Amino acid sequence: MSTDVTAKTPAPAPPGKSGSASGENLLQLMLDGLRRNMRQYGMLIALGLIVALFAVWTDGDLLLPRNVSNLVLQNSYVLILAIGMMLVIIAGHIDLSVGSVTAFVGAFAAVLTVQHDVAWPLAVVLCLVVGAGAGAAQGFLIAYLGIPSFIVTLAGMLVFRGFTEILLEGQTLGPFPGGLQKIGNGFLPETGPETNYHNITLLLGLALIVFVVLQEVRDRKRQQEFSLDVLPRNIFLLKLVSIVAAILVVTMLLASYKGAPIVLLILGGLVVGYGYLMRNSIFGRHIYAIGGNLPAAKLSGVKDKKVTFLVFLNMGALAALAGLAIAARLNAASPKAGLNYELEAIASAFIGGASMSGGVGTVLGAIIGGLVLGVLNNGMNLLSVGSDWQQVIKGLALLAAVGFDVWNKRKSGS
Amino acid sequence: MAGPVLEMRSIVKTFPGVKALSDVTLTVRQGEVHAICGENGAGKSTLMKVLSGVHPHGTYEGEILFEGEVCEFKDIRASEARGIVIIHQELALVPYLSLAENIFLGNEHASRGLIDWRETLRHASELLRRVGLSEHPETRVADIGVGKQQLVEIAKALSKKVKLLILDEPTAALNDEDSGKLLDLILELKKQGITSIIISHKLNEIRKVADSVTIIRDGKTIETLDVKSAETTEDRIISGMVGRDLDHRFPERTAYEGESDAAPALEIRDWTVHHPIDQQRKVVDDVSIHVRRGEIVGIAGLMGAGRTELAMSVFGRSYGRHAAGTVLKDGKEIRTKSVAEAVDHGIAYVTEDRKHYGLNLIDTINRNISLSALNKVARRGVVDEHEERQVAEGFRKSMNIKAPTVFEPVGKLSGGNQQKVVLSKWIFAGPEVLILDEPTRGIDVGAKYEIYTVIDQLAAQGKAVVFISSELPELLGMCDRIYTMAAGRLTGEFSRAEASQESLMRQMTKDKEVTR
Repeated sequence: MSTDVTAKTPAPAPPGKSGSASGENLLQLMLDGLRRNMRQYGMLIALGLIVALFAVWTDGDLLLPRNVSNLVLQNSYVLILAIGMMLVIIAGHIDLSVGSVTAFVGAFAAVLTVQHDVAWPLAVVLCLVVGAGAGAAQGFLIAYLGIPSFIVTLAGMLVFRGFTEILLEGQTLGPFPGGLQKIGNGFLPETGPETNYHNITLLLGLALIVFVVLQEVRDRKRQQEFSLDVLPRNIFLLKLVSIVAAILVVTMLLASYKGAPIVLLILGGLVVGYGYLMRNSIFGRHIYAIGGNLPAAKLSGVKDKKVTFLVFLNMGALAALAGLAIAARLNAASPKAGLNYELEAIASAFIGGASMSGGVGTVLGAIIGGLVLGVLNNGMNLLSVGSDWQQVIKGLALLAAVGFDVWNKRKSGS
Repeated sequence: MAGPVLEMRSIVKTFPGVKALSDVTLTVRQGEVHAICGENGAGKSTLMKVLSGVHPHGTYEGEILFEGEVCEFKDIRASEARGIVIIHQELALVPYLSLAENIFLGNEHASRGLIDWRETLRHASELLRRVGLSEHPETRVADIGVGKQQLVEIAKALSKKVKLLILDEPTAALNDEDSGKLLDLILELKKQGITSIIISHKLNEIRKVADSVTIIRDGKTIETLDVKSAETTEDRIISGMVGRDLDHRFPERTAYEGESDAAPALEIRDWTVHHPIDQQRKVVDDVSIHVRRGEIVGIAGLMGAGRTELAMSVFGRSYGRHAAGTVLKDGKEIRTKSVAEAVDHGIAYVTEDRKHYGLNLIDTINRNISLSALNKVARRGVVDEHEERQVAEGFRKSMNIKAPTVFEPVGKLSGGNQQKVVLSKWIFAGPEVLILDEPTRGIDVGAKYEIYTVIDQLAAQGKAVVFISSELPELLGMCDRIYTMAAGRLTGEFSRAEASQESLMRQMTKDKEVTR
């Protein structure tokens, strides 16, 4: 298709003066933005409230460095799954098989490393390939043969749970070689001078701050280059300061215990990577398009089948990663590993703003949703609430989050 | 002659922003078949919805008298209780229930909540026989053809002790044989004393079954004619349907300054498409058309003529089965088996149904505009959001899309503005051929003028435009050439000078027998 023809047609009138919008206009913009992202801001505020409440109820135990570290380790797998699940749900599907796939991959890892002495890096690669394969197989049935995802993955849930038990012959298999264990419960190594803090974690935190600030400033410059409206300087600075403060607090908390868990680094990489993928890549846009309006996406030339296939392949690979992390943390592969994790991942996605009909949601939302559940879990454990009541409360939290969303939408008449 | 069974007096029905019916009076005599005729959007279906209580009493002005009594129906059930039953264009049958279950759905033979199957089956087979069906009442609806399904609808109406049967374009989806059977049945029911109203724009059908015909145009009754009288000619009906002043205004055409003797930008040869479910039926039958650079070519036709089906099947086989024929771009044969291929060859199709096929309503303006050509604002698979936003801002200004920012969800815009977003999306894709399907449907006059201007500009830039529309004045005002289609076939081709509303409408209402 020729580009020159297009360039002429819309003839974007050069908007006179660039820079900041007028005051009233800006306020309107910010209110609009707030209203549009009501769900996410709402959940962020809810997460803050839950953290504050449990911090008070547990006399501050919740925010002790050791506990924060634990919280991350305990929830990392569900968060990894929630990222992939968010993509699946945005595309308008569901994946019930991820809990079983995590268990299956854990079992596969144990068979490779414990029974056959395969080197652990090779085992990790093989496990990821097997997970992606499991996802691809289901994705093929869903995308190209048109079998509903609910059915395919319900079958997958049974099949992979069964395979897990076959591989393990119903037994627990372990322990894993040291390198693999690190994925689940390892921390960054301690080096450098004695500072009472974990040095590498501090450095990483600082590096992250520098990176984020540079990124934001660059982004602002680009916007000005394209003569688009940007945030006024003081609001922009306020935004920067709050981001920096948030990173600092978490860094200090982690650095004053054993440092950053390795799985947190993996998770951080995934959040940034997938956030970028969903927001800025053509592939990500196509996922939103097929979930939002499939016929319109098809008529726009989106290869819907390929996109659906890849979304499930990706989910399989992430489930494999989560499976490795669980197995490594428990230091054994168990036939019951990952039980109900698919439900936790689905709940995280919906608490974090996904819609049953697809087309809506963000990676960050899935993480917030997962953290809400994670903090509830952890806080109730600290308060010695029984698992019976924990389930009741988590169920009600899911209901409340989605109920609030429905009510909010109806009120605003959309 | 029998007295009136139904009188609708001075009916006025307003929707937000549109007056659908401004003054309609309809008198139907006892025991006759009364046809209602009019262009798409003239108000026929709305009038029948008022009559059947879909639009309840109080939402319209005017009076309805049925069997001499004033009626104030508050819903469909109320009108059905009086014996007025409407059969809509889209059939309302549950495909996986049996014929008997469908016939008595909501009206079951039952005592204390338990269905009396003996009575249900007995009564169902009696009703099926009455409409000429020999199927067993336990057959599933999904297992019989569309034509027979239409008859089941009538059986369902009969089970409700119908006195006045309303059929809204009953033959639009049927083949000739099934249409014939249906029309025979209407005549048979007439002998049994059932009055019918049939909405149709097929003049030969009206001639065959109707006793009188009422013509509606722009929400007003034009006249009621006796079909059997000698004065009632097809010409008179046609001029009644179209005889409106040219009150639309069209922008001045800017001529395209380029060579015009080259091969057509797009040529479609011998194109045939079958219905996706009823695969025996040809929805598009051996159609050949072409369009040159800088030319605006119209396709006129009534509902069911196969215009959209033609366009969508050419555009990546997005409609129908067994599409056959050749597509040539600049004289060279091209493959358009997927939407991506069609887009790569510089073809764009702007759908008539923007809500279902054109836009992702929950997403923002900028993301909708960029969707079909994301690679233009992306480097190595990564979308540059700022460039995308700038592109969208450009279209918001040049197309005058009324929205505070380009981050507004498209679902919140008015119809006209949504249409501008769809157009922007396809203009951004940079096509050489644009197929516009009813680009001004459901939008106000001001926005229409803006869209006409854009279409003119596109042609002046040397793009080839195919303009599908049901509004004849619009086609006459905009197009260099106009094709007419009826029942899947091409029935005529007119230059701008030759075309008139009457000549087009004559070809649009032609049926197959007449064409041969």
